[in-house]
Amino acid sequence: MFSIPVFLESFQPLFWAARYTLLISVLGIGLGLVIGTLVCAARLSPYPALRAFGGLWVSFLRGVPLLVQLLVFYYSLPVIGIDIPATAAAVICVGVCASAYISEIWRGAIAALPRGQTEAATAIGMTPRDTWIRVILPQAFTLSLPALVNELILLVKASSLVSVVGILEITRASQAQAATTFRPLEVYIAAACIYLAINLCLAALGRYLEHRTAV
Amino acid sequence: MDLIEQYGPMLLRGFGVTVLCWILGTIFGMALGLVIALVQRYAPRPVRWLIQVYIEVIRGTPFLVQLFVLYYGGPLVGLRLDALPAGLLGLTIYGSPYFAEIFRSGFRAVPHGQIEAARAIGMAEPAIIRRILLPLGLVSALPALVNFSIILTKETVILSIITVPELMYQVSRMSTETFRYVEANLVLALFFWLLVETISRLGRRFERRITQHLIERT
Repeated sequence: MFSIPVFLESFQPLFWAARYTLLISVLGIGLGLVIGTLVCAARLSPYPALRAFGGLWVSFLRGVPLLVQLLVFYYSLPVIGIDIPATAAAVICVGVCASAYISEIWRGAIAALPRGQTEAATAIGMTPRDTWIRVILPQAFTLSLPALVNELILLVKASSLVSVVGILEITRASQAQAATTFRPLEVYIAAACIYLAINLCLAALGRYLEHRTAV
Repeated sequence: MDLIEQYGPMLLRGFGVTVLCWILGTIFGMALGLVIALVQRYAPRPVRWLIQVYIEVIRGTPFLVQLFVLYYGGPLVGLRLDALPAGLLGLTIYGSPYFAEIFRSGFRAVPHGQIEAARAIGMAEPAIIRRILLPLGLVSALPALVNFSIILTKETVILSIITVPELMYQVSRMSTETFRYVEANLVLALFFWLLVETISRLGRRFERRITQHLIERT
């Protein structure tokens, strides 16, 4: 039956591993933001080749399950002669996958800005570059903040998949813990509790941001 | 070529299991989600709170961890399932809160006047659900339903981790036997890309067909 002491004891090693979950998710979204911005710029650019590339990037990364992407990436690295730590590979993979979603978030936010903003900026003689940097992007970023927090929640959950390539985050640590204690029920429920706690905090942050940006 | 001959049937079977999991997972998840959405609309407050907790818990935890609780933790409380039924149950549970939220917003999109009008002409509540709420709500929920069922296709690969013999599981088996990890996973990736693109194209066509009457009217 469900044993409370076992349940409580299994938290300790999982908390330690939670740092990796957070690390991978936060670095993943950071990398995703950088690449996603570039991809979004490519998709909105006047060059058809760049637009097509951006479109392919988004459709491939959103069409292929993250688990498959992880395995492709993980197994291809040694073949092309790149030797990086598993954690770095996981962060890159998660970030690249997130970039596809983030570029769509950006695109949506930019499309949601009233056209009058651009027109007004042009009317007072701003160059296109200034218009983007000083008018469009800051507003689009504020608009997209809640969606970005949402994406971070998805990443925290998705990061459980990197356990498959052997990174000791919450899920992997709970597998190890379950194997040594033979109490999978308590251990996995403890893992679920930690994920839930992280995500409820993030969701609260998202609601706060949404509240603040919805003027 | 030998590879295809040797592993073809196995891969095909795996694909069959993937499609089965996807279709059954979508149908069961949608059914459970619909029940949840209806209960949330009509049930007394404590029940609604309980359901809200269920929704938050399922949406706040990774699918993989849910599967582990179900498949490895289940036997400890007497729930002993084989991999495939456990996977199907897991998919159903995982999908249900998302479907429930989709249905809920679909129901909210039904103009209140329609329901009031139905009440005014003396329709009973079950009849209102069946003849007003469901048909109108489902149409507005359709795009999101199609979208989420496509997301579920991608979630089915996670079932391979609890040894459900679906496509990904068979591909990993093949690659450990042949040491062709890169090729096997790359082909799998391309395959999923095609599959998801095709399904979403079909979904959009289907959607347009169903919602055509809305567009024509405006």
